[in-house]
Amino acid sequence: MANALDIKHLVKSFGDLEVIKDVSLSADQGDVICIIGSSGSGKSTLLRCINLLEIPNSGEVWVNGELIKMGLDKKGQPQPSDQSQVDRIRAKLAMVFQSFNLWSHMSVLQNVIEAPVHVQKMNKIEATKRGLELLEKVGITEKANDYPSSLSGGQQQRVAIARALAVEPDILLFDEPTSSLDPELVGEVLKVMKSLAREGRTMIVVTHEMGFAREVASKVVFLHNGHIEEQGAPDEIFNSPKSERLKQFLASNLER
Amino acid sequence: MDFIGLLAFGDTGWGDEMLKGALMTVLVSISAMAIGLVVSVFGTMSKLSSNGFIRGIGNTYTTIVRGIPELLVIYLLYFGLNNAVMGVAKGVFGYNQYIELPVFLVAALAVGLISGAYSTEVIRGAFLAVPKGQIEAAKSVGMNRFLIFHRVLVPQVLRYALPGLGNVWQLTLKDTALIMVTGLVEIMRQAHIGAGSTHEPFVFYITAALLYLVLTTISSYALNGAENWANKGVRRA
Repeated sequence: MANALDIKHLVKSFGDLEVIKDVSLSADQGDVICIIGSSGSGKSTLLRCINLLEIPNSGEVWVNGELIKMGLDKKGQPQPSDQSQVDRIRAKLAMVFQSFNLWSHMSVLQNVIEAPVHVQKMNKIEATKRGLELLEKVGITEKANDYPSSLSGGQQQRVAIARALAVEPDILLFDEPTSSLDPELVGEVLKVMKSLAREGRTMIVVTHEMGFAREVASKVVFLHNGHIEEQGAPDEIFNSPKSERLKQFLASNLER
Repeated sequence: MDFIGLLAFGDTGWGDEMLKGALMTVLVSISAMAIGLVVSVFGTMSKLSSNGFIRGIGNTYTTIVRGIPELLVIYLLYFGLNNAVMGVAKGVFGYNQYIELPVFLVAALAVGLISGAYSTEVIRGAFLAVPKGQIEAAKSVGMNRFLIFHRVLVPQVLRYALPGLGNVWQLTLKDTALIMVTGLVEIMRQAHIGAGSTHEPFVFYITAALLYLVLTTISSYALNGAENWANKGVRRA
């Protein structure tokens, strides 16, 4: 069976600044890959290239053995050659964002059932039933009819996770899901993420939570200046780092 | 004649004429606002276009219309349209007589163009006010451009645009006073006629002022209601 995700020789620049330099990475079904690194190392950009929120300059992204087809636009810039393929694959790669990005004009439940109903054409009654189950799973059923603005950050992020799960993705992408939360709210979100990992979901997680990475990850990837400086099992990465940069990074991130 | 007598209804007073003028003001305003909204949809699309030429057309429109006095826009359109139609009539059909365009149409078009320029800016701003992250979230669950537009953008654009559009409506309502120069009998023109025939200008102009106030006050109540409806649940905190 094909890998859940294969990234091959990915390169991304913003103007003259090369942010991702020839990164290759793959994930098996059920892998939880944590991408760590200091800010500016390119970890969010790498994640956003996977579902084409950023268009890579070159390289390949394969999802479940399917290559996302790229071409060139009129100005010679890379762009997806089949937008409907991108739309279809994106739903297989649902993403959870640092700033939640819930749709503020929709209630919690509407946020969760929006894509099942309008993208996947699911029957609304069925979608609502499933949506409520997902809200129960993230522990937020009682807020189903509230609007996002009345929820705490931790609650909003749990709704965002339910919204991502609602499209039944093969891979979950997390872009620093706890970075904009107050410290006391981080735990409730990590708890949900841990339970997802235990279910055997494939997850790519950009994070600053070293404890989470150590406990949950099947593989930890340390990104530095846009390339993979070191990768391995959490035990190797955290207990016997090889590169100087990783040692420095861990020293400054673990002492807290 | 006393105040009441001057504004009596029927043959002796001007009350019914003034009310008819008010009705005309409302009709022109609604038509102009509607024309302006249609124009502003195209204006917004053009100003947010990635194509430089199309963006240029939108920018030229809003710059010119917002940059010259509104009275001048009305004159230019009034005489410009008349000349254009007569030119075509003469050139194509060999028709040499003077043609008077329907004054209501010209008035609604002129005020509509002005209103449209302001609405364009309001709607453009509302589009840009929708957080980019919400669009990315929509992309990330596989929504195509059409779905993003009508499920995520439009409902929020309406919410952000409503206060600004309410403002444009009030301005539009008052701008219609300028079209008295075309001879269309709305509040202002009727007050002018009344003042001239009776030599009681103050009575007529204060009546005009009151009529405008009634219209704008009703409008602001209606707009408040609309804003509350559009914001339901959203800014409760």
